[in-house]
Amino acid sequence: MIQVEGLTKYYGEHAAIRDLAFTIGQGEVIGFLGLNGAGKSTTLKVLGCVLLPTAGRVVIDGHDVVSNAHEVRQRIGYLPDVPPLYEEMTVGEYLTYVARLRGVTARDTTARVGEAEEKTGLREVDGELISTLSHGYRQRVGVAQALVHKPALLILDEPTSGLDPRQIVEMRDVIRGLKGTHTVLVSSHILPEISQTCDRLLIIHKGTLVAQGTEEELGRKMGGGGSIELEVRGDRARALEVLKPFGAVDVDRAADGVLSLTLRASPDERPRVAQAVVGAGLELLRLDQGAGQLESIFLRLTHGQEVRA
Amino acid sequence: MKALLIARRELSAYLRTLSGYVVIAVILALNGLFFNAYALGGASKRSAEVLSQFFYYSSGFTIVASVFISMRLLAEERQTGTLPLLYSSPLRDRDIVLGKFLAGLAFLSLYVLCTLYMPVLVLVNGKVSFGHVAAGYLGLLLLGSASLAVGTFGSALARNQLLAAITSAVMLVALILCWLLARITEQPLADVFSAMSLWNQHFPPFQSGLIHVRDVVYYLVVTYVALFAATRVLEARRWR
Repeated sequence: MIQVEGLTKYYGEHAAIRDLAFTIGQGEVIGFLGLNGAGKSTTLKVLGCVLLPTAGRVVIDGHDVVSNAHEVRQRIGYLPDVPPLYEEMTVGEYLTYVARLRGVTARDTTARVGEAEEKTGLREVDGELISTLSHGYRQRVGVAQALVHKPALLILDEPTSGLDPRQIVEMRDVIRGLKGTHTVLVSSHILPEISQTCDRLLIIHKGTLVAQGTEEELGRKMGGGGSIELEVRGDRARALEVLKPFGAVDVDRAADGVLSLTLRASPDERPRVAQAVVGAGLELLRLDQGAGQLESIFLRLTHGQEVRA
Repeated sequence: MKALLIARRELSAYLRTLSGYVVIAVILALNGLFFNAYALGGASKRSAEVLSQFFYYSSGFTIVASVFISMRLLAEERQTGTLPLLYSSPLRDRDIVLGKFLAGLAFLSLYVLCTLYMPVLVLVNGKVSFGHVAAGYLGLLLLGSASLAVGTFGSALARNQLLAAITSAVMLVALILCWLLARITEQPLADVFSAMSLWNQHFPPFQSGLIHVRDVVYYLVVTYVALFAATRVLEARRWR
């Protein structure tokens, strides 16, 4: 469905993405993961035919995005990072306009708009002005406009940004509902969404692709067996000495004699870790399974960078 | 035809938001004031002369109206982030520009239509030839179309509507002032500048009821060139 080779985009002197290469198969749901400013949106803009690449080749469904953009555009639905909405239109009018713009015939338009509204849960706001909609609904209208013409490929740039937890769950269901009928590429900087909805992940950092694969594959590749988080009161050197045999130790925080630590070891080791800590005369305040496997992989891949959730 | 689809949406946006009406109302009021004060005022004149004066003032207001009507065309799409929708849809850039321009032209025509009460007033109290009115209005529409196309170009260049209006106004003033350049330059440059001027050489014939092919062609060429430039700007923007 998508072949990307050597994709590079410069903004002036600054390279937003460098030498990206990946392939995406028909019907896959792909998560595109990276910190803010990693180059996700730039990549998706190139795939969405909004931006032309500085170098490299992008082929979508057999058509090149530079030389044959018109053909590509007939096969894609793109939701930019800001939903492209016309405030003065109603939801129904807007979706009808977009459908016609994307080549849906006048006869099919009503049915297609109805389907898109059904899929994204917009039925009840069909007649409302877009300017009166809440953020969650606006985001849904954004997704609806991307799929109203039933494109083979859906490109969704952060469809869950700014949504509250309940809306995030709903959006996740919407995206999951697209599985099977469309190839979907979803970007996010929020990990759980990606791990729960996508078949495969592409992790991008500072404009380059640092890893790709399923969550299990990534876990194996990174040698990650999860992590343990703990809080210990007592001597720092002593604590590190005791924990060393279990795996690598990171000190996340040390204040008022309390150490917050992350131990790179399987969560199954928790009972033995507890014994060791207590046996060494330290006070164990908290012992927990570390953040999800994916999260630890992601944090390691993007190590040294500030992480904003 | 995708351009018509875009034009229809754009026109309905004009008709639904207040700003379009405000522009029309304010300019119509000023146009009416000038008509009353200058075209009708002063010593008694013949009807044809009043009509000619009406077209003289209306031509200026048509240019001003086209700046305010065109400023939103592309700059607003950029401002509100709706341009990616058009860019990622199977459209040619010329469809986008043409659709926008046609919507603006339709709205400008609405303004021009609203000025029709003034010639009617002249008709009530005097004698007016239909040909004179028709020629004058053709001139207004052609001048409006050229100004609107320049405005569309300005709107494509600018980041927001205010900058778009300023850019377009500067370009239009430059085009109008070509006749001043014509006065201070030697031949044959003087002829070139004179022929380039947006108003000086090309509008007065319409004003007095004459239609010359060269004037019609001039306004159509300006329209085409400006719209072509706007299209290229949209194309170039994809590289950034």
